[in-house]
Amino acid sequence: MRRDVPLLIKALGIAGFGILYIPVMIMIIYSFNSSKLVAVWAGFSTKWYKELWTDDILLTALYKSLLIGVSSATISTVFGLLIAIAFVRFSVFKGRLILSLVASAPLVMPEAVTGLSMLLLFIAMEISFGWPSGRGVDTIMIAHATFGMCFAAVVIQTRLRDMDKYLEEAARDLGGRQPFVFLSITLPLILPSIIAAWLLSFTLSFDDLVIASFVSGPGSSTLPIVIFSKIRLGVSPEINAIATLMILTISILVLFGSILILKREDKK
Amino acid sequence: MNYFFQKFGRILVIWLPLGWLLLFFMLPLVEMINVSFSEARRAVPPYIPAFQIGSGGFSFRPVLDNYLLIYEYWEDYLWPAINSIRLAFFSTLYCLLFAYPMAWWIARSNKSIQHILLILVLMPFWTSSLLRMYALIGLLNPNGFINDVLIWAGITVTPIQMMQTDFSIYSGMILTYLPLMILPLYASLVRLDVSIIEAAADLGAKKWDIFRTIVLPLSIPGIVAGSLLVFIPAVGEFVIPALLGGPEQLMLGKVIWTEFFRNRDWPVAAAIAIILIAIIILPIVYARYQDRERIS
Repeated sequence: MRRDVPLLIKALGIAGFGILYIPVMIMIIYSFNSSKLVAVWAGFSTKWYKELWTDDILLTALYKSLLIGVSSATISTVFGLLIAIAFVRFSVFKGRLILSLVASAPLVMPEAVTGLSMLLLFIAMEISFGWPSGRGVDTIMIAHATFGMCFAAVVIQTRLRDMDKYLEEAARDLGGRQPFVFLSITLPLILPSIIAAWLLSFTLSFDDLVIASFVSGPGSSTLPIVIFSKIRLGVSPEINAIATLMILTISILVLFGSILILKREDKK
Repeated sequence: MNYFFQKFGRILVIWLPLGWLLLFFMLPLVEMINVSFSEARRAVPPYIPAFQIGSGGFSFRPVLDNYLLIYEYWEDYLWPAINSIRLAFFSTLYCLLFAYPMAWWIARSNKSIQHILLILVLMPFWTSSLLRMYALIGLLNPNGFINDVLIWAGITVTPIQMMQTDFSIYSGMILTYLPLMILPLYASLVRLDVSIIEAAADLGAKKWDIFRTIVLPLSIPGIVAGSLLVFIPAVGEFVIPALLGGPEQLMLGKVIWTEFFRNRDWPVAAAIAIILIAIIILPIVYARYQDRERIS
Protein backbone atom coordinates (compact mmCIF):
# COMPACT_ATOMS: atom_id res chain seq x y z
CA MET A 1 0.00 0.00 0.00
CA ARG A 2 1.20 3.44 -0.82
CA ARG A 3 0.15 6.46 1.17
CA ASP A 4 -1.37 9.40 -0.61
CA VAL A 5 1.01 12.11 -1.65
CA PRO A 6 0.14 15.39 0.15
CA LEU A 7 -1.28 18.11 -2.06
CA LEU A 8 1.53 20.52 -1.17
CA ILE A 9 4.18 18.09 -2.44
CA LYS A 10 2.22 17.52 -5.65
CA ALA A 11 1.99 21.29 -6.18
CA LEU A 12 5.75 21.68 -5.63
CA GLY A 13 6.36 18.75 -7.98
CA ILE A 14 4.21 20.29 -10.69
CA ALA A 15 6.12 23.56 -10.25
CA GLY A 16 9.37 21.62 -10.73
CA PHE A 17 8.12 20.04 -13.94
CA GLY A 18 6.98 23.50 -14.99
CA ILE A 19 10.55 24.77 -14.70
CA LEU A 20 11.77 21.88 -16.84
CA TYR A 21 9.19 22.28 -19.58
CA ILE A 22 7.84 25.84 -19.79
CA PRO A 23 10.90 27.51 -21.42
CA VAL A 24 11.04 24.91 -24.19
CA MET A 25 7.28 25.02 -24.75
CA ILE A 26 7.26 28.79 -25.12
CA MET A 27 10.18 28.54 -27.53
CA ILE A 28 8.25 25.97 -29.61
CA ILE A 29 5.21 28.26 -29.73
CA TYR A 30 7.31 31.24 -30.82
CA SER A 31 8.99 29.20 -33.57
CA PHE A 32 5.64 29.43 -35.37
CA ASN A 33 5.52 33.20 -35.03
CA SER A 34 5.39 34.95 -38.37
CA SER A 35 7.03 38.14 -37.04
CA LYS A 36 10.80 38.61 -37.18
CA LEU A 37 10.50 40.39 -33.84
CA VAL A 38 10.68 37.66 -31.29
CA ALA A 39 8.54 39.28 -28.62
CA VAL A 40 5.59 40.22 -30.80
CA TRP A 41 3.07 37.57 -31.81
CA ALA A 42 1.95 38.29 -35.36
CA GLY A 43 0.16 35.13 -36.35
CA PHE A 44 0.89 31.51 -37.13
CA SER A 45 3.45 30.70 -39.79
CA THR A 46 5.84 27.90 -40.73
CA LYS A 47 8.09 30.11 -42.83
CA TRP A 48 11.09 29.82 -40.48
CA TYR A 49 11.06 26.07 -40.95
CA LYS A 50 11.05 26.50 -44.72
CA GLU A 51 13.98 28.89 -44.49
CA LEU A 52 16.04 26.30 -42.63
CA TRP A 53 16.21 24.12 -45.75
CA THR A 54 17.84 26.91 -47.71
CA ASP A 55 20.53 27.61 -45.10
CA ASP A 56 23.59 25.83 -46.51
CA ILE A 57 25.84 26.46 -43.51
CA LEU A 58 23.27 24.86 -41.26
CA LEU A 59 22.69 21.84 -43.48
CA THR A 60 26.45 21.19 -43.86
CA ALA A 61 26.83 21.41 -40.08
CA LEU A 62 23.91 19.03 -39.62
CA TYR A 63 25.52 16.52 -41.99
CA LYS A 64 28.84 16.74 -40.12
CA SER A 65 27.14 16.36 -36.74
CA LEU A 66 25.25 13.28 -37.93
CA LEU A 67 28.42 11.77 -39.43
CA ILE A 68 30.41 12.38 -36.24
CA GLY A 69 27.51 11.26 -34.04
CA VAL A 70 26.93 7.95 -35.82
CA SER A 71 30.60 6.99 -36.13
CA SER A 72 31.63 8.04 -32.62
CA ALA A 73 28.55 6.37 -31.08
CA THR A 74 29.42 3.13 -32.85
CA ILE A 75 33.02 3.16 -31.61
CA SER A 76 31.76 4.15 -28.13
CA THR A 77 29.31 1.27 -27.98
CA VAL A 78 31.83 -1.39 -29.10
CA PHE A 79 34.52 -0.19 -26.71
CA GLY A 80 31.98 0.41 -23.94
CA LEU A 81 30.84 -3.20 -24.35
CA LEU A 82 34.46 -4.39 -24.04
CA ILE A 83 34.94 -2.34 -20.87
CA ALA A 84 31.69 -3.71 -19.42
CA ILE A 85 32.71 -7.31 -20.21
CA ALA A 86 36.12 -6.76 -18.63
CA PHE A 87 34.59 -5.41 -15.41
CA VAL A 88 31.68 -7.80 -15.04
CA ARG A 89 33.04 -11.06 -16.45
CA PHE A 90 36.77 -10.94 -15.58
CA SER A 91 37.03 -10.89 -11.83
CA VAL A 92 40.71 -10.14 -11.43
CA PHE A 93 43.06 -8.85 -14.08
CA LYS A 94 46.13 -6.72 -14.38
CA GLY A 95 45.23 -3.11 -14.95
CA ARG A 96 41.72 -3.33 -13.47
CA LEU A 97 42.40 -0.35 -11.21
CA ILE A 98 43.83 1.72 -14.07
CA LEU A 99 40.93 0.81 -16.37
CA SER A 100 38.35 1.71 -13.73
CA LEU A 101 40.14 5.02 -13.21
CA VAL A 102 40.44 6.01 -16.89
CA ALA A 103 36.92 4.74 -17.67
CA SER A 104 35.28 6.81 -14.92
CA ALA A 105 37.39 9.98 -14.86
CA PRO A 106 36.02 11.26 -18.21
CA LEU A 107 32.53 11.15 -16.67
CA VAL A 108 33.43 13.86 -14.15
CA MET A 109 35.96 15.85 -16.18
CA PRO A 110 34.72 19.34 -17.15
CA GLU A 111 34.19 19.56 -20.90
CA ALA A 112 36.50 22.55 -21.23
CA VAL A 113 39.34 20.57 -19.62
CA THR A 114 38.76 17.46 -21.76
CA GLY A 115 38.56 19.57 -24.91
CA LEU A 116 41.66 21.62 -24.12
CA SER A 117 43.80 18.62 -23.14
CA MET A 118 42.81 16.66 -26.25
CA LEU A 119 43.58 19.56 -28.51
CA LEU A 120 47.02 19.97 -26.88
CA LEU A 121 47.71 16.26 -27.47
CA PHE A 122 46.58 16.42 -31.11
CA ILE A 123 48.89 19.39 -31.69
CA ALA A 124 51.83 17.67 -29.97
CA MET A 125 51.19 14.54 -32.05
CA GLU A 126 51.00 16.55 -35.24
CA ILE A 127 54.36 18.18 -34.49
CA SER A 128 55.97 14.84 -33.56
CA PHE A 129 54.70 12.51 -36.28
CA GLY A 130 52.48 14.49 -38.59
CA TRP A 131 49.22 12.90 -37.52
CA PRO A 132 46.51 14.15 -37.27
CA SER A 133 47.28 16.77 -39.91
CA GLY A 134 45.11 19.65 -38.78
CA ARG A 135 41.90 19.23 -36.91
CA GLY A 136 38.54 18.33 -38.32
CA VAL A 137 35.85 15.69 -38.40
CA ASP A 138 38.25 12.87 -37.41
CA THR A 139 39.60 14.60 -34.30
CA ILE A 140 36.07 15.48 -33.10
CA MET A 141 35.08 11.86 -33.69
CA ILE A 142 37.99 10.56 -31.59
CA ALA A 143 37.21 13.02 -28.79
CA HIS A 144 33.52 12.11 -28.74
CA ALA A 145 34.22 8.38 -28.87
CA THR A 146 36.57 8.74 -25.90
CA PHE A 147 34.04 10.14 -23.45
CA GLY A 148 31.12 8.34 -25.10
CA MET A 149 32.59 4.89 -24.39
CA CYS A 150 32.71 5.63 -20.65
CA PHE A 151 28.97 6.45 -20.61
CA ALA A 152 28.24 3.42 -22.81
CA ALA A 153 30.24 1.20 -20.43
CA VAL A 154 28.15 2.35 -17.44
CA VAL A 155 24.87 1.62 -19.25
CA ILE A 156 25.92 -1.84 -20.52
CA GLN A 157 27.62 -2.82 -17.24
CA THR A 158 24.39 -2.43 -15.26
CA ARG A 159 22.54 -4.75 -17.63
CA LEU A 160 25.36 -7.29 -17.89
CA ARG A 161 25.56 -7.52 -14.11
CA ASP A 162 21.80 -8.16 -13.81
CA MET A 163 21.91 -10.82 -16.52
CA ASP A 164 21.55 -14.44 -15.54
CA LYS A 165 25.10 -15.80 -15.75
CA TYR A 166 23.92 -19.43 -15.71
CA LEU A 167 22.42 -19.12 -19.20
CA GLU A 168 25.93 -18.53 -20.55
CA GLU A 169 27.38 -21.32 -18.45
CA ALA A 170 24.69 -23.74 -19.56
CA ALA A 171 25.36 -22.96 -23.22
CA ARG A 172 29.09 -23.48 -22.66
CA ASP A 173 28.49 -26.77 -20.84
CA LEU A 174 26.44 -27.96 -23.78
CA GLY A 175 29.48 -27.45 -25.97
CA GLY A 176 29.00 -23.91 -27.28
CA ARG A 177 32.20 -22.15 -28.26
CA GLN A 178 32.92 -18.81 -26.58
CA PRO A 179 32.24 -16.57 -29.64
CA PHE A 180 29.06 -18.54 -30.42
CA VAL A 181 27.80 -18.31 -26.83
CA PHE A 182 28.45 -14.60 -26.79
CA LEU A 183 26.70 -13.89 -30.09
CA SER A 184 23.68 -16.14 -29.57
CA ILE A 185 23.06 -15.91 -25.80
CA THR A 186 24.70 -12.86 -24.23
CA LEU A 187 24.27 -10.31 -26.99
CA PRO A 188 20.49 -10.74 -27.48
CA LEU A 189 19.96 -10.54 -23.72
CA ILE A 190 21.85 -7.27 -23.31
CA LEU A 191 20.65 -5.79 -26.61
CA PRO A 192 18.34 -3.15 -25.04
CA SER A 193 21.28 -1.76 -23.06
CA ILE A 194 23.45 -1.75 -26.18
CA ILE A 195 20.81 0.26 -28.05
CA ALA A 196 20.44 2.61 -25.08
CA ALA A 197 24.24 3.02 -24.90
CA TRP A 198 24.42 3.81 -28.62
CA LEU A 199 21.63 6.39 -28.36
CA LEU A 200 23.21 7.98 -25.29
CA SER A 201 26.63 8.31 -26.94
CA PHE A 202 24.98 9.61 -30.10
CA THR A 203 23.06 12.35 -28.29
CA LEU A 204 26.12 13.25 -26.19
CA SER A 205 28.10 13.68 -29.40
CA PHE A 206 25.29 15.40 -31.31
CA ASP A 207 24.72 17.95 -28.49
CA ASP A 208 28.34 18.60 -27.60
CA LEU A 209 29.51 22.17 -28.05
CA VAL A 210 32.55 22.66 -25.81
CA ILE A 211 34.77 19.68 -26.70
CA ALA A 212 33.95 19.99 -30.40
CA SER A 213 34.85 23.69 -30.33
CA PHE A 214 38.34 22.89 -29.04
CA VAL A 215 39.18 19.98 -31.34
CA SER A 216 37.47 21.22 -34.51
CA GLY A 217 39.36 22.93 -37.28
CA PRO A 218 38.35 25.48 -39.91
CA GLY A 219 35.45 24.17 -41.98
CA SER A 220 34.48 21.41 -39.58
CA SER A 221 31.88 23.27 -37.53
CA THR A 222 29.26 20.96 -36.08
CA LEU A 223 25.61 21.94 -35.59
CA PRO A 224 26.02 23.06 -31.93
CA ILE A 225 29.00 25.25 -32.91
CA VAL A 226 26.95 26.96 -35.65
CA ILE A 227 23.95 27.34 -33.35
CA PHE A 228 26.12 28.75 -30.54
CA SER A 229 27.57 31.43 -32.83
CA LYS A 230 24.02 32.29 -33.98
CA ILE A 231 22.73 32.47 -30.38
CA ARG A 232 25.49 34.95 -29.51
CA LEU A 233 23.93 37.31 -32.05
CA GLY A 234 20.62 37.15 -30.21
CA VAL A 235 17.30 35.32 -30.10
CA SER A 236 15.83 34.74 -33.56
CA PRO A 237 12.84 32.81 -34.90
CA GLU A 238 15.18 30.78 -37.10
CA ILE A 239 17.04 29.34 -34.07
CA ASN A 240 13.65 28.71 -32.45
CA ALA A 241 12.80 26.55 -35.44
CA ILE A 242 16.08 24.52 -35.44
CA ALA A 243 15.93 24.07 -31.69
CA THR A 244 12.31 22.92 -31.90
CA LEU A 245 13.12 20.34 -34.57
CA MET A 246 16.13 18.99 -32.63
CA ILE A 247 14.34 18.84 -29.27
CA LEU A 248 11.18 17.25 -30.71
CA THR A 249 13.14 14.59 -32.64
CA ILE A 250 15.13 13.54 -29.58
CA SER A 251 12.08 13.70 -27.29
CA ILE A 252 9.99 11.47 -29.55
CA LEU A 253 12.83 8.93 -29.81
CA VAL A 254 13.33 8.91 -26.03
CA LEU A 255 9.59 8.64 -25.45
CA PHE A 256 9.26 5.58 -27.68
CA GLY A 257 12.41 4.02 -26.24
CA SER A 258 11.30 4.50 -22.62
CA ILE A 259 7.82 3.12 -23.31
CA LEU A 260 9.35 0.02 -24.94
CA ILE A 261 11.78 -0.55 -22.07
CA LEU A 262 9.13 0.02 -19.38
CA LYS A 263 6.73 -2.40 -21.11
CA ARG A 264 9.44 -5.05 -21.22
CA GLU A 265 10.14 -4.56 -17.53
CA ASP A 266 6.46 -4.84 -16.68
CA LYS A 267 6.27 -8.22 -18.37
CA LYS A 268 8.95 -9.64 -16.07
CA MET B 1 44.62 -23.77 -29.32
CA ASN B 2 41.31 -22.90 -27.73
CA TYR B 3 43.14 -21.80 -24.61
CA PHE B 4 45.38 -19.57 -26.68
CA PHE B 5 42.37 -17.85 -28.28
CA GLN B 6 40.69 -17.40 -24.95
CA LYS B 7 43.79 -15.84 -23.44
CA PHE B 8 44.34 -13.68 -26.51
CA GLY B 9 40.70 -12.58 -26.57
CA ARG B 10 40.87 -11.61 -22.91
CA ILE B 11 43.92 -9.45 -23.51
CA LEU B 12 42.17 -7.82 -26.47
CA VAL B 13 38.98 -7.11 -24.50
CA ILE B 14 40.99 -5.36 -21.78
CA TRP B 15 43.65 -3.64 -23.81
CA LEU B 16 41.67 -2.23 -26.73
CA PRO B 17 39.62 0.17 -24.56
CA LEU B 18 42.40 0.62 -22.00
CA GLY B 19 44.88 1.50 -24.75
CA TRP B 20 42.43 3.95 -26.32
CA LEU B 21 41.67 5.67 -23.02
CA LEU B 22 45.32 5.87 -22.03
CA LEU B 23 46.16 7.37 -25.43
CA PHE B 24 43.24 9.79 -25.79
CA PHE B 25 42.38 10.58 -22.17
CA MET B 26 45.42 10.10 -19.91
CA LEU B 27 48.08 11.24 -22.37
CA PRO B 28 46.20 14.51 -23.10
CA LEU B 29 46.13 15.26 -19.36
CA VAL B 30 49.87 14.58 -19.13
CA GLU B 31 50.45 16.83 -22.13
CA MET B 32 48.29 19.51 -20.51
CA ILE B 33 50.44 19.38 -17.37
CA ASN B 34 53.47 19.62 -19.64
CA VAL B 35 52.05 22.71 -21.40
CA SER B 36 51.10 24.33 -18.09
CA PHE B 37 54.80 24.29 -17.14
CA SER B 38 55.98 25.57 -20.50
CA GLU B 39 57.01 28.98 -21.70
CA ALA B 40 54.53 31.07 -23.69
CA ARG B 41 55.72 32.61 -26.97
CA ARG B 42 54.27 34.28 -30.02
CA ALA B 43 54.47 31.47 -32.56
CA VAL B 44 52.67 28.34 -33.68
CA PRO B 45 52.10 26.57 -31.34
CA PRO B 46 52.19 29.43 -28.81
CA TYR B 47 54.44 27.69 -26.27
CA ILE B 48 57.81 25.94 -25.85
CA PRO B 49 57.03 22.57 -24.25
CA ALA B 50 58.63 21.96 -20.86
CA PHE B 51 59.43 18.41 -21.86
CA GLN B 52 60.39 17.84 -25.44
CA ILE B 53 61.82 15.01 -27.53
CA GLY B 54 63.39 16.48 -30.63
CA SER B 55 66.32 16.00 -32.98
CA GLY B 56 68.77 17.00 -30.26
CA GLY B 57 67.61 14.37 -27.78
CA PHE B 58 65.14 15.36 -25.14
CA SER B 59 65.04 18.53 -23.11
CA PHE B 60 63.30 19.23 -19.84
CA ARG B 61 62.89 22.87 -18.88
CA PRO B 62 59.80 23.40 -16.73
CA VAL B 63 58.94 27.00 -15.90
CA LEU B 64 56.56 28.17 -13.21
CA ASP B 65 55.71 31.37 -15.13
CA ASN B 66 52.08 30.44 -15.79
CA TYR B 67 51.26 29.60 -12.20
CA LEU B 68 53.13 32.70 -11.06
CA LEU B 69 51.09 34.74 -13.52
CA ILE B 70 47.90 33.37 -12.03
CA TYR B 71 49.29 34.20 -8.57
CA GLU B 72 50.28 37.71 -9.65
CA TYR B 73 46.91 38.50 -11.23
CA TRP B 74 45.12 36.48 -8.59
CA GLU B 75 42.12 38.79 -8.60
CA ASP B 76 41.40 37.93 -12.23
CA TYR B 77 41.55 34.20 -11.57
CA LEU B 78 40.56 33.85 -7.92
CA TRP B 79 37.16 35.49 -8.38
CA PRO B 80 36.11 33.15 -11.18
CA ALA B 81 37.29 30.23 -9.03
CA ILE B 82 35.27 31.44 -6.02
CA ASN B 83 32.33 32.22 -8.31
CA SER B 84 32.47 28.71 -9.76
CA ILE B 85 32.32 27.15 -6.31
CA ARG B 86 29.68 29.59 -5.01
CA LEU B 87 27.35 29.32 -8.01
CA ALA B 88 27.76 25.53 -8.21
CA PHE B 89 27.12 25.19 -4.47
CA PHE B 90 23.91 27.23 -4.44
CA SER B 91 22.77 25.63 -7.70
CA THR B 92 23.15 22.24 -6.04
CA LEU B 93 21.17 23.49 -3.04
CA TYR B 94 18.34 24.88 -5.18
CA CYS B 95 18.26 21.70 -7.27
CA LEU B 96 17.94 19.71 -4.04
CA LEU B 97 15.06 21.91 -2.82
CA PHE B 98 13.14 21.47 -6.08
CA ALA B 99 14.07 17.81 -6.59
CA TYR B 100 13.09 16.53 -3.14
CA PRO B 101 9.31 17.01 -3.44
CA MET B 102 9.44 15.81 -7.06
CA ALA B 103 11.36 12.65 -6.11
CA TRP B 104 8.99 12.03 -3.19
CA TRP B 105 5.97 12.42 -5.44
CA ILE B 106 7.41 10.01 -8.03
CA ALA B 107 8.47 7.47 -5.41
CA ARG B 108 5.03 7.44 -3.74
CA SER B 109 2.86 7.40 -6.88
CA ASN B 110 1.29 4.25 -8.24
CA LYS B 111 3.10 2.41 -11.02
CA SER B 112 1.50 3.95 -14.11
CA ILE B 113 1.87 7.55 -12.91
CA GLN B 114 5.39 6.75 -11.75
CA HIS B 115 6.34 5.67 -15.28
CA ILE B 116 4.92 8.83 -16.82
CA LEU B 117 6.70 11.07 -14.30
CA LEU B 118 10.02 9.24 -14.73
CA ILE B 119 9.84 9.67 -18.50
CA LEU B 120 9.04 13.36 -17.96
CA VAL B 121 12.17 13.67 -15.79
CA LEU B 122 14.39 11.80 -18.24
CA MET B 123 13.29 13.51 -21.44
CA PRO B 124 14.89 16.94 -20.83
CA PHE B 125 18.07 15.15 -19.77
CA TRP B 126 18.44 13.74 -23.29
CA THR B 127 17.87 17.02 -25.10
CA SER B 128 20.64 19.51 -25.69
CA SER B 129 21.46 21.79 -22.76
CA LEU B 130 22.59 24.49 -25.20
CA LEU B 131 19.12 24.60 -26.77
CA ARG B 132 17.36 24.63 -23.42
CA MET B 133 19.58 27.53 -22.30
CA TYR B 134 18.61 29.30 -25.50
CA ALA B 135 14.94 28.73 -24.68
CA LEU B 136 15.57 30.19 -21.22
CA ILE B 137 17.09 33.34 -22.74
CA GLY B 138 13.80 33.83 -24.59
CA LEU B 139 12.07 33.91 -21.21
CA LEU B 140 14.52 36.04 -19.23
CA ASN B 141 15.53 38.67 -21.82
CA PRO B 142 14.55 42.32 -21.14
CA ASN B 143 12.09 41.94 -24.03
CA GLY B 144 11.50 38.28 -23.23
CA PHE B 145 8.35 36.41 -22.28
CA ILE B 146 8.39 37.01 -18.50
CA ASN B 147 8.95 40.76 -18.82
CA ASP B 148 6.23 40.94 -21.47
CA VAL B 149 3.75 39.29 -19.13
CA LEU B 150 4.81 41.46 -16.16
CA ILE B 151 4.50 44.70 -18.15
CA TRP B 152 1.18 43.59 -19.66
CA ALA B 153 -0.16 42.80 -16.18
CA GLY B 154 0.99 46.21 -14.98
CA ILE B 155 3.33 44.83 -12.30
CA THR B 156 6.31 46.76 -13.66
CA VAL B 157 6.68 49.58 -16.15
CA THR B 158 10.29 48.98 -17.13
CA PRO B 159 11.64 45.48 -17.81
CA ILE B 160 13.30 43.72 -14.87
CA GLN B 161 16.95 42.82 -15.38
CA MET B 162 17.07 39.01 -15.14
CA MET B 163 19.77 38.10 -17.65
CA GLN B 164 23.42 38.32 -16.54
CA THR B 165 22.53 37.94 -12.87
CA ASP B 166 22.96 35.14 -10.34
CA PHE B 167 19.25 34.45 -10.88
CA SER B 168 19.75 33.61 -14.55
CA ILE B 169 22.68 31.32 -13.72
CA TYR B 170 20.66 29.46 -11.08
CA SER B 171 17.70 29.13 -13.46
CA GLY B 172 19.99 27.69 -16.12
CA MET B 173 21.65 25.29 -13.68
CA ILE B 174 18.30 24.06 -12.34
CA LEU B 175 16.98 23.60 -15.87
CA THR B 176 20.09 21.63 -16.85
CA TYR B 177 20.84 19.57 -13.75
CA LEU B 178 17.49 19.00 -11.98
CA PRO B 179 17.04 15.49 -13.54
CA LEU B 180 20.48 14.46 -12.23
CA MET B 181 19.36 15.35 -8.69
CA ILE B 182 15.91 13.75 -8.96
CA LEU B 183 17.04 10.29 -10.12
CA PRO B 184 19.31 9.30 -7.19
CA LEU B 185 16.89 10.90 -4.71
CA TYR B 186 14.04 8.91 -6.23
CA ALA B 187 16.13 5.72 -6.07
CA SER B 188 16.76 6.17 -2.34
CA LEU B 189 13.17 7.25 -1.53
CA VAL B 190 11.53 4.40 -3.45
CA ARG B 191 13.46 1.87 -1.36
CA LEU B 192 12.31 3.49 1.87
CA ASP B 193 10.07 1.17 3.84
CA VAL B 194 6.64 2.83 4.16
CA SER B 195 5.75 0.75 7.21
CA ILE B 196 8.34 2.63 9.30
CA ILE B 197 6.60 5.89 8.45
CA GLU B 198 3.20 4.37 9.21
CA ALA B 199 4.46 3.02 12.53
CA ALA B 200 5.77 6.46 13.49
CA ALA B 201 2.48 8.07 12.44
CA ASP B 202 0.48 5.51 14.45
CA LEU B 203 2.58 6.29 17.48
CA GLY B 204 1.62 9.93 17.12
CA ALA B 205 4.64 11.47 15.43
CA LYS B 206 3.99 14.72 13.60
CA LYS B 207 4.62 14.91 9.85
CA TRP B 208 7.57 17.25 10.21
CA ASP B 209 9.15 15.03 12.88
CA ILE B 210 8.71 11.94 10.68
CA PHE B 211 10.46 13.76 7.85
CA ARG B 212 13.27 15.10 10.03
CA THR B 213 14.02 11.91 11.99
CA ILE B 214 13.17 9.12 9.51
CA VAL B 215 12.85 10.15 5.87
CA LEU B 216 15.71 12.66 5.71
CA PRO B 217 18.40 10.48 7.38
CA LEU B 218 17.43 7.49 5.22
CA SER B 219 17.66 9.50 2.02
CA ILE B 220 21.14 10.87 2.73
CA PRO B 221 22.87 8.49 0.25
CA GLY B 222 20.56 9.85 -2.47
CA ILE B 223 21.22 13.45 -1.41
CA VAL B 224 25.00 12.92 -1.49
CA ALA B 225 24.92 11.14 -4.87
CA GLY B 226 22.62 13.75 -6.41
CA SER B 227 24.65 16.64 -5.03
CA LEU B 228 27.86 15.24 -6.51
CA LEU B 229 26.16 14.65 -9.86
CA VAL B 230 25.06 18.29 -9.92
CA PHE B 231 28.00 20.04 -8.25
CA ILE B 232 30.79 18.45 -10.30
CA PRO B 233 29.56 19.37 -13.79
CA ALA B 234 28.21 22.71 -12.50
CA VAL B 235 31.68 23.83 -11.29
CA GLY B 236 33.19 23.37 -14.74
CA GLU B 237 30.18 24.64 -16.66
CA PHE B 238 30.88 26.76 -19.73
CA VAL B 239 27.63 27.18 -21.67
CA ILE B 240 25.59 28.58 -18.76
CA PRO B 241 27.97 31.39 -17.68
CA ALA B 242 28.74 32.14 -21.33
CA LEU B 243 25.12 32.54 -22.41
CA LEU B 244 23.30 33.61 -19.23
CA GLY B 245 25.97 35.18 -17.03
CA GLY B 246 27.56 38.62 -17.01
CA PRO B 247 31.01 39.73 -15.79
CA GLU B 248 29.88 39.15 -12.19
CA GLN B 249 29.16 35.49 -12.94
CA LEU B 250 32.49 34.61 -14.56
CA MET B 251 33.36 30.93 -13.98
CA LEU B 252 36.54 28.92 -14.55
CA GLY B 253 35.16 27.00 -17.53
CA LYS B 254 34.62 30.30 -19.31
CA VAL B 255 38.04 31.65 -18.23
CA ILE B 256 39.74 28.62 -19.84
CA TRP B 257 37.77 29.31 -23.01
CA THR B 258 38.67 33.03 -23.05
CA GLU B 259 42.36 32.46 -22.29
CA PHE B 260 42.50 29.88 -25.02
CA PHE B 261 40.44 31.34 -27.84
CA ARG B 262 40.67 35.08 -27.23
CA ASN B 263 43.99 35.69 -25.44
CA ARG B 264 45.65 32.71 -27.13
CA ASP B 265 47.59 32.04 -23.93
CA TRP B 266 47.56 28.26 -23.99
CA PRO B 267 49.95 27.61 -21.07
CA VAL B 268 47.82 29.74 -18.72
CA ALA B 269 44.64 28.03 -19.97
CA ALA B 270 46.28 24.68 -19.16
CA ALA B 271 47.32 25.88 -15.70
CA ILE B 272 43.75 27.04 -14.95
CA ALA B 273 42.42 23.68 -16.17
CA ILE B 274 44.65 21.95 -13.64
CA ILE B 275 43.33 24.19 -10.86
CA LEU B 276 39.78 23.31 -11.97
CA ILE B 277 40.60 19.59 -11.78
CA ALA B 278 41.86 20.11 -8.23
CA ILE B 279 38.56 21.77 -7.26
CA ILE B 280 36.61 18.81 -8.65
CA ILE B 281 38.77 16.09 -7.07
CA LEU B 282 38.20 17.43 -3.52
CA PRO B 283 34.46 16.60 -3.19
CA ILE B 284 34.95 13.22 -4.90
CA VAL B 285 37.71 12.20 -2.49
CA TYR B 286 35.60 13.46 0.41
CA ALA B 287 32.60 11.39 -0.73
CA ARG B 288 34.77 8.28 -1.13
CA TYR B 289 36.17 8.83 2.35
CA GLN B 290 32.66 9.21 3.82
CA ASP B 291 31.55 6.05 2.00
CA ARG B 292 34.38 4.06 3.52
CA GLU B 293 33.58 5.44 6.98
CA ARG B 294 29.94 4.39 6.63
CA ILE B 295 30.85 0.85 5.51
CA SER B 296 33.37 0.31 8.32
